[in-house]
Amino acid sequence: MRFRLSDDQAALQDAVRDYALREGDAGARRRAFESDTGFDADFWSGLMDLGVGGLACPEDAGGLGLGVTDLALAAEALGYAGAPGPFLGQVLAALAIDRFGSPAQKDRWLPALATGQAIGTVALAEAGDRVRAADWTARLEGGRLSGEKRQVLYPELADITVVGVAGGFALVEKDAAGQTFEALDVADRTRRIGHVAYAETPADAMPAEADAAEALVDAALVLTAADAFGGARRLLDMSVDYAKTREQFGGPIGRFQGLKHQLANMAVEVEPARGLYWYAAYAFDHGAPDARRVAALAKAHLGDVYMQTARAAVEAHGGIGYTWEYDAQIWFKRAMFDFAYLGAPSRHREHAARLAGW
Amino acid sequence: MDLELGSEYEAFRQEVAAFLAAHWPPAKETDARAAASAFRERAVARGYLYRSIPKAYGGSEQAPDPLKGRVIREEFARVGAPGELQGPGVSMLVPTLLACGADWQKERFVAPTLRGEIVWCQGYSEPGAGSDLASLRTRGALEGESWVISGQKVWTTMAHLADYMFILVRTEPDAAKHDGISYLLLDMKQPGVTVRPLKQMTGGREFNEVFLDGARTPKDWIVGERGRGWQVSRTTLKHERDTVGGQSRTEDMFGKLVELAKDAQREGQPALASGDVRQELARIEAYVLAQRYSAYRQMSMDLAGQDAGLIGVLNKLNGTMIGHHIANLAQDLIGDAALLMPPQGRGGNRRGDEKWVNQIMGSLGVAIAGGASNIQRNVIAERGLGLPRDGAEGQKGTGA
Ligand SMILES: Cc1cc2nc3c(=O)[nH]c(=O)nc-3n(C[C@H](O)[C@H](O)[C@H](O)COP(=O)(O)OP(=O)(O)OC[C@H]3O[C@@H](n4cnc5c(N)ncnc54)[C@H](O)[C@@H]3O)c2cc1C
Repeated sequence: MRFRLSDDQAALQDAVRDYALREGDAGARRRAFESDTGFDADFWSGLMDLGVGGLACPEDAGGLGLGVTDLALAAEALGYAGAPGPFLGQVLAALAIDRFGSPAQKDRWLPALATGQAIGTVALAEAGDRVRAADWTARLEGGRLSGEKRQVLYPELADITVVGVAGGFALVEKDAAGQTFEALDVADRTRRIGHVAYAETPADAMPAEADAAEALVDAALVLTAADAFGGARRLLDMSVDYAKTREQFGGPIGRFQGLKHQLANMAVEVEPARGLYWYAAYAFDHGAPDARRVAALAKAHLGDVYMQTARAAVEAHGGIGYTWEYDAQIWFKRAMFDFAYLGAPSRHREHAARLAGW
Repeated sequence: MDLELGSEYEAFRQEVAAFLAAHWPPAKETDARAAASAFRERAVARGYLYRSIPKAYGGSEQAPDPLKGRVIREEFARVGAPGELQGPGVSMLVPTLLACGADWQKERFVAPTLRGEIVWCQGYSEPGAGSDLASLRTRGALEGESWVISGQKVWTTMAHLADYMFILVRTEPDAAKHDGISYLLLDMKQPGVTVRPLKQMTGGREFNEVFLDGARTPKDWIVGERGRGWQVSRTTLKHERDTVGGQSRTEDMFGKLVELAKDAQREGQPALASGDVRQELARIEAYVLAQRYSAYRQMSMDLAGQDAGLIGVLNKLNGTMIGHHIANLAQDLIGDAALLMPPQGRGGNRRGDEKWVNQIMGSLGVAIAGGASNIQRNVIAERGLGLPRDGAEGQKGTGA
């Protein structure tokens, strides 16, 4: 047993974190947050140059041939840095095409997604909290896609959208006819989502059994959990740093036990959850029998932990934490994203309960 | 990342299983205690118990290998075979003696302690010195060839059964708080020692008050130097981080909680069918899994000589919080058994749902003993997060 990062994994995580923190702190995060698109082209291309788009793509497609564990480690680092952009959609689209695509579909898309020449996204959730593959009602018939999807990351930016449909997936290209985009006033302005309606939209079939297709949802849950861990860890660090420097009553506020205990409680909620998301990723990559359950439990748990940590962090900062200007609110809103994306904690707990036969 | 034990360890598991098949359970007619001792002796000889302790002192002196330790624990638990003895003698005194004791002390005390032939209690807490342990006032003065000890200890678990106490006493009254304490060994069976049992909220009588009135112990029954007792007692704390043991107990308890939810009825249906129970179970399970895989991570990193970071100082509070969560759900599930006291005396585990009252109350003992939760929070904030110290120096940390 060796349940720790390899040197390569640690180096990968450091590289992604260092890049995203440096560029983010130099303005990329805020620029994207305040922009109309939530997308910073320079930041994104730098990230793609690090090879993040191709981590889990096969080597012959220009990727590194790694797994969801490595994607999750990158997601943690990006969550820590509050990195803006379509990472989640990019790597999920690539995972789906790698797993379910025909040779032609793979040739066409994987190299482009791995290098970042193309931007990818996934359209999974539907109204009424239908996020599971078995519940998808979008239909692909005779090469035409109809239906409505929600929570689609960067829908108008994506060159290729992997849409969950009854019977698997449909691949929709950027300029395909019959797409209606509805932009939303989203809280997390570092990760934009919108609704997309498809009406007889030309699309390429990528069939998969519902049970197999569901793996893409599992991967999305694991990566969201990893992002949440990174973000919660950042909020803890930010709050601790603030407590060491902000002075009241003639010294740093971090000497007050009430605040210290709040920070210690944050730490005890956050840090052990690293083991949970690691195991969820590991279980996914190894096809463990409990992989699906653990993905659901990890997403539920970290969704809650991140949100509660964000609430505590804002409070620990006082008035400055409540401003638009201070960055704590950016992570607060990323916590809102991770909490609600593909379903709130309670629905995933119920799913995990059902999978356990409870 | 790899959670597989690998073929070497699977082969080792076979070996342990074969040993157990041959030696446990013992033939029916033998008396249970003697059988357990004989079995332990065999298991030590095979290198399965007390692996970090030198052979000269009754251990099996194996190369450090936590994975083998894990396999052994799992296999022993599977067949209910007796493992290492628990209690403050084995878990606290022995490591302290090995680290700081004189050779004659190791020779005289370690092996019989491991065999359970002598039983120890931990004499740290006093009426005026709990979290602020270093303020302890029990006095020790050297008179000729003996230390003469007077004062009072409290909450002393198993003092009524113990042969000896390892005790912190103030021997240098003029030195600074932490520098005036010595770590002594004391025979409990003498006129100067009076043990008065205290009844716990659970109804059990496991801890005691201990009155020391001119109790005597030989001059050389001191571990480490005079006035260095605080530091000596800290070395023990390092050995107390057996997170793996605590974590597997939590997992067992969670498994039982799920069974309880299946058996418990609500309006004619298993409680497990009810949404709030399912939610809460799934919520707790995530904590349990997080603790398990964090322990595996910590163990793997320790083995590789890497620093696992914050998790080390969090473990006690994390385990305590999970214990509270489990207690609260159990209390909701057991219906009117939650009006009862826990079963008293032997065989309690075979009784009804009121046995959960042991967890409902006992989880608080866990929260307090070994450094109360607020003290854990202080330690996490100061040592883990680097926040300024608040002046409460020398807090109990993760001690007993
Ligand atoms: C079941 C059980 C078994 C035990 N067995 C033993 C034993 O065998 N040997 C032994 O020596 N001792 C034993 N103890 C004693 C145990 O170590 C102490 O009870 C513990 O350290 C707390 O000390 P106290 O009881 O004096 O509480 P106090 O120190 O008075 O604490 C009371 C409350 O105040 C809080 N508090 C105290 N100081 C601070 C601070 N600086 N900041 C914030 N909050 C603070 C604590 O968190 C706690 O909630 C046992 C206790 C229990 C419950």
